[in-house]
Amino acid sequence: MIKNAFKRALWVYHINTGGCNGCDIEIIAALTPRYDAERFGIKLVGSPRHADVLLVTGPVTAKMEDKLKRVYEQTPDPKVVIAVGNCGASTGVFHNSYSIRGPIDKIIPVDVYVPGCPPRPEAIIHGIAKAWEKLEGKK
Amino acid sequence: MSKTVNIPIGPVHPALKEPVRFTIEVEGEKVVGADYEVGYVHRGIEWAGMRQNPIKTIHLSERICGICAFCHPLCFVQAIEEIGDVEVPERAEYIRVITAELERIHSHMLWAGVAAHEIGFDSILNLTWNIREKVMDIVEYITGNRVTYGMLQIGGVRRNITEKQYPKIREATQYYRELLDKIEDVFLRDPTIRMRSRDVGILTKKRALELCAVGPTARASGVPKDVRQDFPYIAYPDLDVKAIMPEEPIGDVYDRIFVRIREIGQSADIIEQCLDQMEPGPILAEQNVAKLLADLQNFEGEAVGRAEAPRGEVFHYVRMNKNEAPLSWKARAPTYNNVQTWPDMIVGEELADVPIIVASIDPCVSCTDRVTLIKDGKEEIVTGEQLHKLSVLKTKRVMRR
Repeated sequence: MIKNAFKRALWVYHINTGGCNGCDIEIIAALTPRYDAERFGIKLVGSPRHADVLLVTGPVTAKMEDKLKRVYEQTPDPKVVIAVGNCGASTGVFHNSYSIRGPIDKIIPVDVYVPGCPPRPEAIIHGIAKAWEKLEGKK
Repeated sequence: MSKTVNIPIGPVHPALKEPVRFTIEVEGEKVVGADYEVGYVHRGIEWAGMRQNPIKTIHLSERICGICAFCHPLCFVQAIEEIGDVEVPERAEYIRVITAELERIHSHMLWAGVAAHEIGFDSILNLTWNIREKVMDIVEYITGNRVTYGMLQIGGVRRNITEKQYPKIREATQYYRELLDKIEDVFLRDPTIRMRSRDVGILTKKRALELCAVGPTARASGVPKDVRQDFPYIAYPDLDVKAIMPEEPIGDVYDRIFVRIREIGQSADIIEQCLDQMEPGPILAEQNVAKLLADLQNFEGEAVGRAEAPRGEVFHYVRMNKNEAPLSWKARAPTYNNVQTWPDMIVGEELADVPIIVASIDPCVSCTDRVTLIKDGKEEIVTGEQLHKLSVLKTKRVMRR
């Protein structure tokens, strides 16, 4: 991971598709000083057009479905999609609800899953590191 | 030029964290109209909760919102306990208060960081989130998880706080009390933050009452509203809680910052009081979950659970009908009341002030999306990033003055 860090910085775009916020605050925690993902060059960006990695949280609600697709299409190739949290990977506790269109991999292709409800910041950084390996392979 | 332009912000937006959509009508730099649309996070939780037993629903209600992950199940559990006249052991009530107050500290620290980010002080965002990690450690230490706690059970709590754990909790409250002065220096006595927040996004006391604002938003406008003080629940009757208000409330963003920063200190005091007053004893009324499930099938009646979440009053209504699943469950989150104050605060301000005003009520969209509203407006795209840039530029401008 350290070796890769100097090769290429990863820009991450985060989209919440209807999650409970738990994963989202852990993603921000991963970027702030205690875990400090930015020292590896992992940076949160404000537009999917700048991103290499999409961090997707949430079980994908009916209203967010087309927005998620649009964000995916706006992200330039090569890109990696990470589904953060249990409800992203399997819709979790919301599985029997009427307004859920997920899990995420039903709508867009997912490369890395980070399980946990919510996953710890370390796990999220580990997921991004996995995405890194994949991205290096993709090029 | 009197032509107005509609600017849609969101639903996917880096400053919002959660999907919500605004349509803001501007005339030059001035905001003349504002509307919001929620419903992007509508997950049908109540519907799902009416189709499974209440013990499962505790876990579901925890995931209404990851930040107030204790207050929602607390309301739900209180309502069920009232329906079935379940006697909650005293120690369990104190443990509930401690967890709720730890959650308040973490939520307010989180909010302070986000607010600083909206003004353009990313260094303060990093500072506050670093300070916040201390309370996350304690939460993990006593509940086993950082964000969703899984502490509650009908009739008590699932984990005890042992005497051995007291010193570490006291150390954390002491840490926050000592840091409070520094935090106040950064947020309340800093001239730039003062200039950006004083007289910005005013919500008058009259409007706060009319719109039924709750929590710190209401208190900052001079409405002394706090469920912990007005309708004390769990162990709060034995504790000393007073609604915190600014001395001369104006109802602007500065006052809302003031209330939240002071509440961090208040929560630290409450936790210490709990540790002093807690007596040893049982923590759960019914240990056997199978028996509890059987008992639940005999519950009949309706009840309301209320709690003061970090953002304001949470309110759950439950009706049981001698069935496995509740007949009805309604959750009302504080942001549901507070979003209605947005148009009042935003109209008449500069576009650059919109992010901090929106953030100042500490919106929690995932709590709020119980009902879906659909509205359409004409669009001209301005990205959220540009809006954040505007806000940062204004801070720089103010600093130069």
